[in-house]
Amino acid sequence: MSTSSPPIVSAVRLRKCYGSQRVVDDISFNIERGEFCGMLGPNGAGKTTTLRMLVGNTPNSGGELTVLGRPIPADARAMRARIGIVPQADNLDPDFTVVENLRVYGRYFGLGRRAIDQRIPELLKLAALDDRAGFRINQLSGGMKRRLSIARALINRPELLILDEPTTGLDPQIRQNIWHLLRQLQQDGLTLILTTHYMDEAERLCGRIILMDHGRILADQTPQSLVRDHIEPHVLEVHGESVNAWRAAHPLNGPIRCEQLADTWYYYGANLEHLVKSLDGWNGLRYSYRAANLEDVFLKLTGRELRDG
Amino acid sequence: MADRFRRWLAVWRRNALVWRKSAKTALLGGFAEPVFYLMALGYGLGSFIGQVQGLSYIGFLTAGILSTSAMNSATFEGLYLAYTRMEVLKTWDAMLAAPLSVADVVIGEVLWMGTKSVISAGLILAVAWGFGLAQGWLALAVLPVVFLTGICFGSMALVFMSFARSYDFFVYYISLGVTPLVLLSGVFFPLEALPEPVRFVTAWLPLQPVVQVIRPLVGNAWDWHMLQLLAIPAGYAAASLLIAIRRFERRLVQ
Repeated sequence: MSTSSPPIVSAVRLRKCYGSQRVVDDISFNIERGEFCGMLGPNGAGKTTTLRMLVGNTPNSGGELTVLGRPIPADARAMRARIGIVPQADNLDPDFTVVENLRVYGRYFGLGRRAIDQRIPELLKLAALDDRAGFRINQLSGGMKRRLSIARALINRPELLILDEPTTGLDPQIRQNIWHLLRQLQQDGLTLILTTHYMDEAERLCGRIILMDHGRILADQTPQSLVRDHIEPHVLEVHGESVNAWRAAHPLNGPIRCEQLADTWYYYGANLEHLVKSLDGWNGLRYSYRAANLEDVFLKLTGRELRDG
Repeated sequence: MADRFRRWLAVWRRNALVWRKSAKTALLGGFAEPVFYLMALGYGLGSFIGQVQGLSYIGFLTAGILSTSAMNSATFEGLYLAYTRMEVLKTWDAMLAAPLSVADVVIGEVLWMGTKSVISAGLILAVAWGFGLAQGWLALAVLPVVFLTGICFGSMALVFMSFARSYDFFVYYISLGVTPLVLLSGVFFPLEALPEPVRFVTAWLPLQPVVQVIRPLVGNAWDWHMLQLLAIPAGYAAASLLIAIRRFERRLVQ
């Protein structure tokens, strides 16, 4: 990370209101060149609205925003010539083949025929779609469509790639495959911002996490330091039909934090060995004892109530 | 300006490529049906009617069919197909993720709607020519007129579409707007058959002036008064286009 070059994104007291509701409430952050930044938060936290402001598809209600040195939304259209956007739901053209999708999209960027034809083989190779060039979109699998969406967003050789939930709804192998592609792009020097609901995705990919809730930033640091700073090192999860009897027989002592989520009890602490031992001999109990992770931090900082919509 | 035109053209070319891929079926709807109407009504009904305003009935009807076909293809594109691109395929979202503005997308779409009108009316004109129903070089001037007609009705359809939450909504526009307009704009019978107040109203709506301009052009006649008549669809086109851009800016970029 270089400190001399200007930030890729600079948001100062950025705000978005719909009526009296503050969807994004005075958030400030910079994103530097080469960063892979994840935006996390429950539904309605303001992640997608923040992304929409970033690309100029939603004007901000207050604060200042520059992307690639350009004021947004004033210069959004010109700025978008230098970024790539991968939407939450694929919006590839179903009437077109893989190559036609790339070609038509390249024209939206004002690229000439020669520049596009030169770029297409590189993108097909990157997305491992070389042998699918002439296929129509409905002949592609879900993972291929996603890779094509990413390839399409790279047609203009962007400096910044923005992805809104890039692996939602994909099976585990395909997610691994997409992650590999995204890591490769970061190694090539691209700056990436993504939103996700998957903590494992954020933990694997992102060097930095911006955790949002209710339109505010709750934490902004590396995934490792998030876990270190905000949560006890170990977690024990217990559930099963005899969980209440077990709890009555083993009242807590020592510095252990305990929470219930649905039918599962969570114990957090530096040393839970004695608690784990006490599970021996109980039938009808299921448990897992593990190191704390980003998901635990997420649940601690954003609360455990169910968010729908 | 050149840069702006290039952006509109990128949108136009996307739609043109989709159209080319399904041109056969698209032509059937936009071309075969109006030709059937022209032939059946023109020769069938025409044999009972004789001359209308100094023309054979089918000669009279030709201009009406050309005008309504131009209007219908742009209207269908502006309602159903544009809604599909915006709401179902999210094609517009993809365009707005590129360096295109809402105005670029709307103008590119409207230019395509004008083109669709030229394609369908142009083919009908060729058939009419083959049957001797259109004659002279001036008949070719019908093409820019139907382009304007497409721009006008395409923009108007987009304004209405900007309020739509489902396809059902378009039935109101077709049943309460388009159909009465066709019946009262001198397409099938001369305006003189209509009561004075109705004629007064339809003279200020965009279809009737188009029919009044195309009818003499098909017969190779020119009158400077035609340009005055075309100011009405041009005015509707300009106003609707501006409103459509504002409406979609509010709907898509909020």
